[in-house]
Amino acid sequence: MKKTVFLGALTISGLLAGAAAAATLDDVKARGKLNCGVTTGLTGFSEPDASGRWEGLDAAVCRAVAAAVLSDADAVEFVPLTAKTRFTSLASGEIDMMARVTTWTLSRDTDLKFDFVGINYYDGQGFIVPKALGVTSAKDLDGATVCIQTGTTTELNLADFFRANNISYEPVPVETDDEAAQQYLAGACDTYTTDASGLAATRAGFPTPADHVVLPEIISKEPLGPLVRHGDNDWADIVRWSLNALIAAEEYGVTQANVEDKAASSGTNPEVNRLLGTEGELGAMMGLDKDWAKRAIAASGNYGEIFERNLGVNTPIGLARGLNAQWTNGGLLYSPPFR
Amino acid sequence: MSDTHAQSVAFMRDTMLPEAPPPESEAGVVRWIRSNLFSGWFNTILTITSLYCLYLFLAAVGPWLVNGVWDAADIRECREKLQGATGGCFAVIAERWPQMIFGFKYPSEIYWRPAVAFILLLVAIAPVLFSKVFPARMLYFSALYPFLAYYLIWGGTILIPVIALLGFAVGYFVYARQVYRSFAVGLFGGIAAAVATWFIGGFITAALPEFLALREVASRDIGGFMLNLILGTVCVSLSLPLGILLALGRQSEMPVVKGICVVFIEFIRGVPLITLLFVANVVLAYFLPPGTNFDLIVRVIIMITMFASAYIAEVIRGGLAALPKGQYEAANALGLDYPQAMRLIILPQALKISIPGIVNVAVGLFKDTTLVSIISMFDLVGMVRGPILSSSDWNGVYWELFGFAGLLFFVVCYGISQYSQWLERQLRTDHR
Repeated sequence: MKKTVFLGALTISGLLAGAAAAATLDDVKARGKLNCGVTTGLTGFSEPDASGRWEGLDAAVCRAVAAAVLSDADAVEFVPLTAKTRFTSLASGEIDMMARVTTWTLSRDTDLKFDFVGINYYDGQGFIVPKALGVTSAKDLDGATVCIQTGTTTELNLADFFRANNISYEPVPVETDDEAAQQYLAGACDTYTTDASGLAATRAGFPTPADHVVLPEIISKEPLGPLVRHGDNDWADIVRWSLNALIAAEEYGVTQANVEDKAASSGTNPEVNRLLGTEGELGAMMGLDKDWAKRAIAASGNYGEIFERNLGVNTPIGLARGLNAQWTNGGLLYSPPFR
Repeated sequence: MSDTHAQSVAFMRDTMLPEAPPPESEAGVVRWIRSNLFSGWFNTILTITSLYCLYLFLAAVGPWLVNGVWDAADIRECREKLQGATGGCFAVIAERWPQMIFGFKYPSEIYWRPAVAFILLLVAIAPVLFSKVFPARMLYFSALYPFLAYYLIWGGTILIPVIALLGFAVGYFVYARQVYRSFAVGLFGGIAAAVATWFIGGFITAALPEFLALREVASRDIGGFMLNLILGTVCVSLSLPLGILLALGRQSEMPVVKGICVVFIEFIRGVPLITLLFVANVVLAYFLPPGTNFDLIVRVIIMITMFASAYIAEVIRGGLAALPKGQYEAANALGLDYPQAMRLIILPQALKISIPGIVNVAVGLFKDTTLVSIISMFDLVGMVRGPILSSSDWNGVYWELFGFAGLLFFVVCYGISQYSQWLERQLRTDHR
């Protein structure tokens, strides 16, 4: 008796979940708020400031989607998630989308039943060393002691890299990023390895950041992107093209400052016209109005502006664009055409 | 005779000598130091070693505290001001303390509401803790306090706490009128009446959501030390009566009651708290249909209360077991029924024995509330580890933040511990 009730409840909740997932756009519009999953705090990607406002690259993606869908960039309920709770939150429908420095992998895309809609940051594992060590390449690190977070993919990548280059190392296991920074500064290890963006952020907190360098070698691929649940392709399209709009805007020179002017009347570039809705009906194909991309860009600027404000060389983190430059500048950012 | 004797005594004192102070080496500070610090070669070595360690500690911490920078926009400005000297960057506390106390999303214009709730908490808790000092009438306020605190912290219409209170009042009224028939009739009648009141009241609150409404604050926006205090206070006060019931149930001779209590206690004690919190946060989200708003704080409170009540039940069972069998028999011999015997004879003695254990559980529970940071709730530790340490302004400030958090917890836990020792002395009735 109990079992059947339990199974019945499961079925009903499963059905309801399916029904709810099928129309995320309607849910969001009815609610008037976008529930967007972010980290509990990661420098440059999503961090609340002293007044509690979320800033960062991931937070800007959430705002762009909210602006496109709800016409209000601040209609976002940021839901902070730890690495342990993030996937269940998305799967259970607690959040509509997630932009939480999550690496796009096959198993997450298929087995966990999510759809990655694009890549907003190309990360990879790097090394940080004190300048005094005089090392210029990770291949010079033969016999070095390496601080490494246990139980992560970075640990496996590290072993692969050193074996492939036929050099030896001595691991110093640490638990968290904070502990690693302390150990590294105390000289317990010659180098510390984790995602390059994380290294830059950690270095920004050092007493003398200029005395440390991130080595040029990147030994793994960590494409970070926003994701949504499987099964609602219309919603996935909206999130995907909101991100693409930010990337394309940079390519075509549409900025937060000039987006209003460019959207006021059609200009000479037909791609910009289609993007900003002065030509064609691209918005209607997604169930949005024609100004959707204009609002997404106006929310916090194009991809380049967002990057420079949160991670770029003028911030304490001081990351160069590198792989995250436009394809026209030798990077990997490449938005499919708006047509 | 007397003459001869008088001649043999050269001088005889006829007044008392005034009391002389003891010799320099046997009085005051010198004597205390000699007898306590340098009473032997071993103790002398220990004293000197301790003094040296104390010096090292102060030499490290002293400049850090004295040179501390209290006014800076970020950690880089702190370091500029210090110019390489040792010193704490306390500016982070100066800038972020409201976030550490109230969480980063609680609207800053209404910080006064939780602050008032906190002050009233002290007023409400005083007559409970110090029943001899404060008049018993203040207990009425203590009974009202939970509803008042809910209204102040969460906001919304005043009808919600009023109807919740009304439900309890109606339930008690029915219980009091029916209990003469039998305890069971009174109890279940009371519960039914309360539930009926809440059910009807639900329609009223739904119809009048703006009636005397304060600005509403979602549970998700509550954080910081306030969250630790809410969880700690609510869970301790709920788990104590629940623990007593479980302990009595475990001793019961009715197999079903006993079985349920044993299974509950042993199951909860066999599972780590963090697992229960994950169940509250993650697993329940799968079982409940999407859109149902079962408040996360309520879920967490239920789980922590269950956890604490199982431990308190075992502590009280120890107290019950320590009572001589004669006490139970004497109660029976007086013709008291079970509730009377428990209320008047057994529990007062058993609880008195259990005080240190209960306080131990309470202090542990209060500190365990920091575990909620793992399920994405921003309590004090969650605030420090997440938003504050990860902000590009304060990335790298560890000691100051965790020291501040530790200080807040220490004040509360030390207070609880001192109170329990005082209470034990108050309740001591034997001769020592």
